Amino acid sequence: MSIIDMTAAELAAAIREGKTTAVDAAEAMLERIEEQDKLYNCYVTVDAEGALAQARAVQAKIEAGELTGRLAGVPVAIKDNMCTAGLLTTCSSKILYNFVPTYTAEAVRNLQKAGAVLLGKTNMDEFAMGSTTETSAYGVTKNPWNTEHVPGGSSGGSAAAVAAKECFYALGSDTGGSIRQPASYCGTVGMKPTYGTVSRYGLIAYGSSLDQIGPLTRDVTDCAAVLEVIASHDEKDSTSIERQDTDFTAALIDDVKGMRIGIPNDYFGDGLDGEVKEAVLAAAKTLEDKGAVVERFDLSLVEYAIPTYYTIAAAEASSNLERFDGIKYGYRTKEYAGLHNMYKKSRSEGFGEEVKRRIMLGSFVLSSGYYDAYYLKALRVKALIKKAFDEAFAKYDVILGPVAPTTAPRLGSSLADPIKMYLGDIYTIAVNLAGLPGISLPCGTDRNGLPIGLQLIGDCFQEKKLIRAAYTYERARGAFPTAEKEVG
Amino acid sequence: MANIISDETIEYVGILAKLELSDEEKERAKSDMGRMLDYIDKLGELDTEGVEPMSHVFPVQNVFREDVVTNGDTREALLTNAPEQKDGMFMVPKTFE
Repeated sequence: MSIIDMTAAELAAAIREGKTTAVDAAEAMLERIEEQDKLYNCYVTVDAEGALAQARAVQAKIEAGELTGRLAGVPVAIKDNMCTAGLLTTCSSKILYNFVPTYTAEAVRNLQKAGAVLLGKTNMDEFAMGSTTETSAYGVTKNPWNTEHVPGGSSGGSAAAVAAKECFYALGSDTGGSIRQPASYCGTVGMKPTYGTVSRYGLIAYGSSLDQIGPLTRDVTDCAAVLEVIASHDEKDSTSIERQDTDFTAALIDDVKGMRIGIPNDYFGDGLDGEVKEAVLAAAKTLEDKGAVVERFDLSLVEYAIPTYYTIAAAEASSNLERFDGIKYGYRTKEYAGLHNMYKKSRSEGFGEEVKRRIMLGSFVLSSGYYDAYYLKALRVKALIKKAFDEAFAKYDVILGPVAPTTAPRLGSSLADPIKMYLGDIYTIAVNLAGLPGISLPCGTDRNGLPIGLQLIGDCFQEKKLIRAAYTYERARGAFPTAEKEVG
Repeated sequence: MANIISDETIEYVGILAKLELSDEEKERAKSDMGRMLDYIDKLGELDTEGVEPMSHVFPVQNVFREDVVTNGDTREALLTNAPEQKDGMFMVPKTFE
């Protein structure tokens, strides 16, 4: 097998056994990026020199027996909203066009300690606001399965890089579906862990109460292995949770006998594409055949999740993005009259349209006179949504449904109508509001050959149930096709 | 559209958001925000009387730590990202006359 086609776990094993080296793996990836990333544009920044230096250092440590982990020596891509010391971090925004962090995000540090080799930073929707990676200030990313389609978003560069085999795995962040939805569109595995499982230290904040970092990988085994490394309790993130059960690879068990799986009727109503529905229900049948107890139920409140989310996320974004003021870092306008004019002009020239739209909405819902009616109301509905999930998880181990209503839309077809684009998040968004873990994995392709994603949702801290169910399904499903290389 | 956003509101929100919008952007912002608020008004269908606003999903409150400095002096490194700096400080435009 060529290095390029290996999973992260397979590659690490091959490096451990001396069949290949971390340097060979990094070189193979860099060559592939050089060859095809002009077409896909998965990366904002590729750090070829740095990657090779890291690979040599990691290889020496592996040979010295100092690095023995199951990801040691494996090249990774990082979404460009995670700070990396000494390496440009743009959040795909013009306002951070020259920002070089002085420190590294905790999740990335955890990977580095485990011997990861950073290839570069992946493209995304600006400040993670969007569902297509088209709001990036650095060009659109194309879906490796069909370059006329979007890769999804906001972690579209990470998902596309995994699908195009321009990295062995990647980190993304998920505020309303931003890992699971692009994973679904690109035929990869993606997981959003329970809120607080992975430190947000060094993750440039969008909606702090919803943001969570997670893996995008080629299979479920890699997903569990990466999660095991990045999960940590971190004093630098006051919402970080101390967990004792982070040996996620222990849950890679091919058995779902007796597992109670609930299928929400509300996830299969109007708006769901017929082929997506069929593929997801076929996956449910597969799990049932493997011994799971599958049942339909009414989750309720599903249609309220999107307005709740956009109120809360916009409010938090308007506050979080106040820090971009043209003083401490990033873009400052050239001509201005006084301090306030400098703030306004720097921000107006530095932020893109979708970011400004959400900052405006967020400022409005937090403003005096509207705070109770909009922001507090949304927080109350959030409590009701959480309660609906609590009731569901009293009956079920796992909730099963689609990731998105359709497969990847065509480039240029989504941004014109924001509300329509927001509706595409209907099955992923409530998971963030309730702080739950969710995983997306491929369960079929549509008539155009585009991947369809299956979503499994667990109760808080129940990633192991998700991994077990996902692993069992993946084994039963068999190998999934990979994106055809279109480069001529 | 049930929510009509006035010019005054957009001006006011622009001040809160520290954004300067062109006339064209203002018109679009008015219509976008109106449509979003129409959509968000759907939450009014739910009776939330007596429901506590949930800002955090877990009952975690007031996470304290000892007030001890653990990081070193990174002033110079931090200032390398500043658009303008002088004497080890961030430079801002003149604020008072």
